[in-house]
Amino acid sequence: MSHRAGSALYLPAHSFRKAPVTQDLAIILVEPDRDKADLIVESLADAGFARIQVITEASSLKRQITAMNPDIVLIDMANPSRDMLEEMAIASQPMDRAVAVFVDSSDDALTSAAIEAGVSAYVVDGLRPDRVKPVLDAAIARFNLFQRMRTELAETKRALEERKVIDRAKGLIMKAKGIDEDQAYALLRKAAMNQGKRLADVAEALVESAGLLS
Amino acid sequence: MKGQELQIGFIPLVDAAPLIAASEMGFAEEEGLHLTLSPSPSWSTLRDRLCVGHLDAAHMLAPVPVAGALGLGGVSTPLEALSVLSINGNVIGVSRDIGERMRAMGHDFAFDSARDAGQALIGAITDTLRIGVPFPFSMHAELVYYWLTALGLQAPQNISVQTVPPPMMPDALKAGEIDAFCVGEPWGSSSVEAGVADLLLPCSAIWAFAPEKVLAIRAGWAEENTARAHSLIRALWRAARWLSEPSSLGLATELLSRAPYLNLAPEIVERALLGRFTITARGDVRDAPGFVDFFTGAAGFPWRSQAEWIGRQLATRMGLDRDAAAMSAQATFRSDVYRAALGHVAHDLPSASAKVEGSVAEPLAVGSVGGRLILPRDAFFDGRIFEPTPA
Repeated sequence: MSHRAGSALYLPAHSFRKAPVTQDLAIILVEPDRDKADLIVESLADAGFARIQVITEASSLKRQITAMNPDIVLIDMANPSRDMLEEMAIASQPMDRAVAVFVDSSDDALTSAAIEAGVSAYVVDGLRPDRVKPVLDAAIARFNLFQRMRTELAETKRALEERKVIDRAKGLIMKAKGIDEDQAYALLRKAAMNQGKRLADVAEALVESAGLLS
Repeated sequence: MKGQELQIGFIPLVDAAPLIAASEMGFAEEEGLHLTLSPSPSWSTLRDRLCVGHLDAAHMLAPVPVAGALGLGGVSTPLEALSVLSINGNVIGVSRDIGERMRAMGHDFAFDSARDAGQALIGAITDTLRIGVPFPFSMHAELVYYWLTALGLQAPQNISVQTVPPPMMPDALKAGEIDAFCVGEPWGSSSVEAGVADLLLPCSAIWAFAPEKVLAIRAGWAEENTARAHSLIRALWRAARWLSEPSSLGLATELLSRAPYLNLAPEIVERALLGRFTITARGDVRDAPGFVDFFTGAAGFPWRSQAEWIGRQLATRMGLDRDAAAMSAQATFRSDVYRAALGHVAHDLPSASAKVEGSVAEPLAVGSVGGRLILPRDAFFDGRIFEPTPA
């Protein structure tokens, strides 16, 4: 059994899997991307955490979280709706449990590693740092993986963009000089070497200036 | 030539202009600094990156360092303000439904009177007034509370100020989750362009000289990096002076519009800098002179009285000891460091570190280091005057 399409809240299948349950903390993960959420839940389950709920929709985030009454909320630092969670730290209703951003001054390395990996945790008042640590450790490992994938994707995209610009620059040179593709490429590379610049940068400058003349 | 590297975080907003101009127009290089500007997706993430030391300094909501000093918001690293980056720059908008209702009840959308606009808004609402702001600790929230309670609404019974990230504001308005919003530009103008809001009031109409963004650092950074802190303050002061020249408007707009910064059409970015707004999807235009200011009247000077005003507002609302809050708040605005950095450069540095807020109805000459400071109008819309605690 899996999640129902369109619902903001779902329990991923593997949270029912028999994992060695050693921790009873109630965890909420705020993550709009379901595949990503599943992977994070999986790694938390492997670490012994079974009480995990996922929120995929950012609207009324605070209300949803209050209703679920978790011990820990995990959220991607790149998620702009994170600022909505900050309000929980100043919740003034007598029945509300105070929540704070998890910044453990006794363990700066852990806090720094979490921010580096791009995950932030909100914990209820009074929860001991040593109980938060295994949750964060599991999350950090996953988030680091996503961070790497994100960088690789950006690099791939950039390489593709650059190849397009180089192709356009080659085309311009071929047309202007009446030469073939290999010769145009050689000319471009020579120009780049002479100017001490990257091939893609020289190509981009050429394409941009050509735009002025057309 | 590469200078000393400084990592600076910002949120893509018009009022990040001094940082962008300092970096792009060579003011930082002149001071031997190389600024690496990186955008953040949220204020909390920007604050955390500053707190753990991934950033040297950050574009920050003026109340954030103050809230930290008051123990609010669950952040343990104390922050300070080295300078005020901008005066005002926020705008209040209403959903189109409520805009229509206000018009039907006779409001003229003159865009200049906080009293008229506020009374019209209150008159158009039958239930609790729900207003979206970008962050719980923000001038947006403080000015909205100040404005509406001065007009007789009770907080928190009749006012619900909710945090909604600006990119999500149009959806929240459309879904009827909020009635109105208070945001920094360009978000007000882009909501008009998206056809979901009418602009009601520039926040400068509530408090004419409200400190909006500050340059935030970790407490202690200025002592450990005195030379760099001073250089950064000077670079930002020169950038602000450049921004204040009318001839810079075109280029400043162009720079801000670019991809690493606002990545938005120049004609939308320009509205805040020009102080000329399109307030409805029908194209009604209103002027708001001095909508945002970076330089006039020692705008960059971090007055301890500004911090105290914020501290007392927060303390009153959160039920904290007001006098204690006033003292902790004051200390976060480093007028001492600012004065030391600019002593030989600026001619209009105030000789005092605190002033009576809200008392200047017309531009007023006051005592300064070089004897040439004219304080611009700083009135609150209701004529209240704020006397700071003597240091």
